[in-house]
Amino acid sequence: MSFMKTILGSAAAAALSATAALADPAIIFDLGGKFDKSFNEAAFQGAQRWADETGGSFREIELQNEAQREQALRRFAEAGSNPIVMAGFAFADALSKVAPDYPDTKFAVIDVNWLSMPNVRGIGFNEHEGSYLVGMLAAQASATGTVGFVGGMDIPLIRRFGCGFAQGVKAVNADATIIANMTGTTPAAWNDPVKGSELTKAQISQGADVVFAAAGGTGVGVLQTASDEGILSIGVDSNQNYMHPGKVLTSMLKRVDNAVYEAFSQGDALKTGNFQMGIANGGVGYALDEFNASLVSADMQSAVDAAASAITAGTLSVHDYTSDETCPALSF
Amino acid sequence: MDVMPKWADVVLVPLISLIIAALLSALLILAIGESPVAALKLMIEGTLLRSSGWGYMLYYTTNFIFTGLAVSVAFHAALFNIGGEGQAMMGGLGVALVCLFIPWPHWSFAIIGASLGAAVFGMIWAGLPAYLQAKRGSHIVITTIMFNFIAAGVLNFFLVGALKPKGSMDPATANFPASTHLPTFEDMASLMGFEKMFRAAPANVSFFLALVACVLVWFLIWRTPLGYEIRAMGKSEPAARYAGIGSVKIIMVAMMISGALSGMMAINTTQGESERLILNFTEGAGFIGIAVALMGRSHPLGVLLAALLFGFLYQGGAELALWTKIPRELIVVIQALVILFTGALSLMVRGPLERLFLSLRQRG
Repeated sequence: MSFMKTILGSAAAAALSATAALADPAIIFDLGGKFDKSFNEAAFQGAQRWADETGGSFREIELQNEAQREQALRRFAEAGSNPIVMAGFAFADALSKVAPDYPDTKFAVIDVNWLSMPNVRGIGFNEHEGSYLVGMLAAQASATGTVGFVGGMDIPLIRRFGCGFAQGVKAVNADATIIANMTGTTPAAWNDPVKGSELTKAQISQGADVVFAAAGGTGVGVLQTASDEGILSIGVDSNQNYMHPGKVLTSMLKRVDNAVYEAFSQGDALKTGNFQMGIANGGVGYALDEFNASLVSADMQSAVDAAASAITAGTLSVHDYTSDETCPALSF
Repeated sequence: MDVMPKWADVVLVPLISLIIAALLSALLILAIGESPVAALKLMIEGTLLRSSGWGYMLYYTTNFIFTGLAVSVAFHAALFNIGGEGQAMMGGLGVALVCLFIPWPHWSFAIIGASLGAAVFGMIWAGLPAYLQAKRGSHIVITTIMFNFIAAGVLNFFLVGALKPKGSMDPATANFPASTHLPTFEDMASLMGFEKMFRAAPANVSFFLALVACVLVWFLIWRTPLGYEIRAMGKSEPAARYAGIGSVKIIMVAMMISGALSGMMAINTTQGESERLILNFTEGAGFIGIAVALMGRSHPLGVLLAALLFGFLYQGGAELALWTKIPRELIVVIQALVILFTGALSLMVRGPLERLFLSLRQRG
């Protein structure tokens, strides 16, 4: 009897692992859309890189409405996709409902690091650290001593960007003025380049000569206007330096692509638990390439790199806005 | 007297419009290199051949019935209520306040309370433009659409401020207490012994509430003095006034009923599906309601059928997005084509059809 059980059990396990090995991963993009040149696009690039390197294929969907979050998760899980990666904190609620129903499916969710479920990998980023570095660059590049910050939707996550940025600016120039604006309070704020452009113009009129956009697709408008008006801008999430060569000072890299690539590469053996990606493990950083080489001097670079290694070593700590919802360097 | 037999007007015109829209969509899908036959098969399989597909379709249908009825009631009084979206948003606020701050012992009480909350909030939001129309002559189309934006602002204000739990990233309220959760089709099916039917689909008891609303609206419009007055007013305001029907009263009442129906849509999405109030819960249903009412000829039965069609298109669209590379923008285009042909361009089909029937009659 117990022998039969063992045989049946191992047969079942073999069958399971056979189907699991065949399973394609899947990725679900948030309402902002796949080609936002920023957050979602970084996630897509990670998935695409995996597909190019392994020759594998993956399923994907861009959501159209809120009710589809749970639906997409369930349909992909039922179709055997494994792992299923989600881009965005808005999936937390749907995922916490769905994950227990599919214990054999692994889920990875970006920007959510507070769920603790046996089959969920939560990936958080230390955006304040990366923003600190680009803040230092902004302060060094600024001639007027005034820099701007354009956030997307006004949520604690984006304030974390802004707060880190302000601390970096103040670290270089304690007298600097930081003008911070949020695009809006709804998800539409992630994809409103016109408003981004208006805010940038308003900040320029107040003397800002470097503007940091942490606003998803809205940032396209910020970068464009900064370029048109002849000031510098800082991109976010993906490397956006190429968009206006010589006009984008740098980009705050949030390696969402690496997180997706990593999750896809691990496949159904995905390690679960909550992971925090910071400067120390290459999760965030700043972009330096041929498009901004002329803008970042050796002095600037060495100062920023020194700060980066101080953060890695633990001797410099950047205040995280979301830890206590206050910011020492900026009031929102 | 009529040029066309009634059945042709009710059945043939929408059907031909639909077929034209479907053919155009097929061409579009062909143009981006996908197979329209496979796409249609996918839509039907994912919607009609799976119980959870039905569950999603009926979930969307419930929204469209409420908003479709809302637009219909106003249409009967010759009022064009395009503020369904805003009225639904305010309805959602009503549902959330009722569910969060009143300790309900059981969902059956909660749904009554939520219906009242949704209806009253939607009613107020439609009543203000109605008052401006009735007393001041401000055009209802302009005011209701402006009230959509104000409603979005109000909802926003509450969701990023007073109603958001501290520390949460989402602009959403806390989850409603478990005693207010509505039974879904899945719960009801398993009660009747069908396990695994409607698995995880969001359709819930508010679908039946929508059906009841259909019957009530039919009764109101065609079987009560008030309904007669509303229709009289819609046919000719001077004649209605001459007959002693007060236009101020009818405008107010028709719009407030319309607003209440729009608001009640929120029971389905807010109390039934998300079980908390989120920002874009209306999902454009307020605007789809206009197409549903146009296609359904402002008759509750027509609204029900049109709502089913749009429910199918929504759920079928989700299936396309899930399993094909058809971009979501094209899915919106397909849905828009159906709206265009069944709503705005139905006259285009009716003209030739009328001539056809006329020539048939002359020959016979």
